[in-house]
Amino acid sequence: MNASTAVVVAELPRRATRRLASYPVVPLAIIACMVFIAIAADVLAPHNPEVGSLAMRFRPPAWQAGGSATHLLGTDHLGRDVLSRLLFGARVSLVVGFTAVVVAGILGIALGITAGYLGGWVDEVIMRLTDTWLALPALTFAIFLAAVMGPSEMNIIIVLACVYWTRYARVIRGEVLSLKEREFVRLAIIAGCSRLTIMRRHILPNVLNSAIVLATLMLGVVVVTEAALSFLGVGVPPPKPAWGLMLADGKRGLMAGYWWLTVLPGLCIMLLVLAANLLGDWLRVKLDPQLRQL
Amino acid sequence: MGEPLLELRGLSTHYESARGTRVTRAVDDISLSLERGKTLGIVGESGSGKSTLALSIMRLLPPAARIVGGEIRFEGEDLLKKSPREMREIRGKRIAMILQDPMASLNPLFTIGDQIAESLRVHEGASRATAWTRAKGLLEAVRISAPATRMNEFPHQMSGGMRQRIVGAIAVACEPRLLIADEPTTSLDLTIQAQYLSLLRDLQKAHDLAMIFITHNLGIVAKMCDAVAVMYAGRVVEAGPIRDIFNKPAHPYTRALLDSVPRLTDDTHGRLPAIDGQPPDPSAPPTGCAFHPRCPQMVDRCKTQAPPATTVSASHTARCWLHVP
Repeated sequence: MNASTAVVVAELPRRATRRLASYPVVPLAIIACMVFIAIAADVLAPHNPEVGSLAMRFRPPAWQAGGSATHLLGTDHLGRDVLSRLLFGARVSLVVGFTAVVVAGILGIALGITAGYLGGWVDEVIMRLTDTWLALPALTFAIFLAAVMGPSEMNIIIVLACVYWTRYARVIRGEVLSLKEREFVRLAIIAGCSRLTIMRRHILPNVLNSAIVLATLMLGVVVVTEAALSFLGVGVPPPKPAWGLMLADGKRGLMAGYWWLTVLPGLCIMLLVLAANLLGDWLRVKLDPQLRQL
Repeated sequence: MGEPLLELRGLSTHYESARGTRVTRAVDDISLSLERGKTLGIVGESGSGKSTLALSIMRLLPPAARIVGGEIRFEGEDLLKKSPREMREIRGKRIAMILQDPMASLNPLFTIGDQIAESLRVHEGASRATAWTRAKGLLEAVRISAPATRMNEFPHQMSGGMRQRIVGAIAVACEPRLLIADEPTTSLDLTIQAQYLSLLRDLQKAHDLAMIFITHNLGIVAKMCDAVAVMYAGRVVEAGPIRDIFNKPAHPYTRALLDSVPRLTDDTHGRLPAIDGQPPDPSAPPTGCAFHPRCPQMVDRCKTQAPPATTVSASHTARCWLHVP
């Protein structure tokens, strides 16, 4: 009796740590942090991110010579506070990045499954369209679309989704082709399931893994493309802060030693993409019943 | 007796190449019948058209294959006249099928309970709760221990034998009248095979199920079947009650097949007799009787004329010139 109680007691803390370790603490913390910043940017930011004074141009961060506590992370070429811009930039980057990845994902998965499972002329039409789409240089195509639709956050999401759904469609179609030869799918056909049921119940859950992994990789690409579009003036309209835009603006100052204009937004983008990748890895394991036990 | 449960009349299924230049007669003018609750074995070498026959009955042929003639009468109706929608209702509900590979027959992402309950919900519109209870009963019926726990487990947590039993449970879930088993035991080891076969027999008795058993294992046929049809190059060369076929094989091919089964009582320690030559190329079978190049009793007529189905004794037929009066 006593011995068994001792074992139980000894096991308690170990179980608690194991439960904690089974959650992706670091990426969840990063993303939670960014979401919080995005929501509370109005309260947190010390200055207006869109207005600066030219007299205060290129101030370095507070800990460097010439820096001051009023601008903790320095100022940019128009004298705007970098910290405030980073905080507000989280809003744009998160919303644009996640929404574009999800919208592109839904579009690509739907088309990929339809093409792969139905085959025949449906497959032919969808895949030739995808090929044509992929043959266009992504950035040029995005610039064209964005120029036609005009710069706004909503439009940039549509543009990014329009450009990147093809990546999903290709990968998912390939997965579906191999899945549909698997015996459980054939057995579902034999059991009299309709094509819609099979696609929804047997194909979709089995391709979600790849889709999620792809989505976490795409997040990086999407945020960087958004940056490129913003840089070219067809993305997020200029006075509004976005990490990509800041990165692009800061490039000019890099040779002159204004490192904080590129390194800081770059760091933010990197953290976001890293967190998304880690989260994707965890989800991939979590969604696979075979790996879940380990 | 009345009408048999399943009756094939002159069924022919051909594979056509893209331009229609090469035609493979995978199933050629096959007539068979099966009574309720009985088991029909279909034996033959690889490529003799066994699986194509099964898929023809289910009407699940690949796009290149076409049923070119004949009738499939099931419970008095011609399945070839059914719309795809009507066929879908028949599949799973009135005709079920078990495939070869139990490892891949279950969806890895859903629990066992979900998968058994699914067909009940699809075909009978059972509610989630009743489907779940009935699924548990089915797991018991296929002798899975601790069904309540197993219901919530995933396919990878089961052994091959258990998975195949679960596939069996799914197949009989909607109480079909006919079960087609396409080599269901080839990937199981021998003890599990024996257990599974006796399970299938019990399910058959409990549900008054007719079975079509496709295999190339004559031992299994002897154990499981009431009647057997021997296929060669897309044709049924001999069909009849199990005793007649095993005791008095009429076709030289059947005889050769039976001779090539190893026997424990055989003390000659010699080589097993094998059938000379190769199975014919299904897209270009020999003229006349397809078996004539390998037949020890070949006569001139076999080279040019295909033998008709001839009655040897009551319900025992063979396609061989030896038996044509």
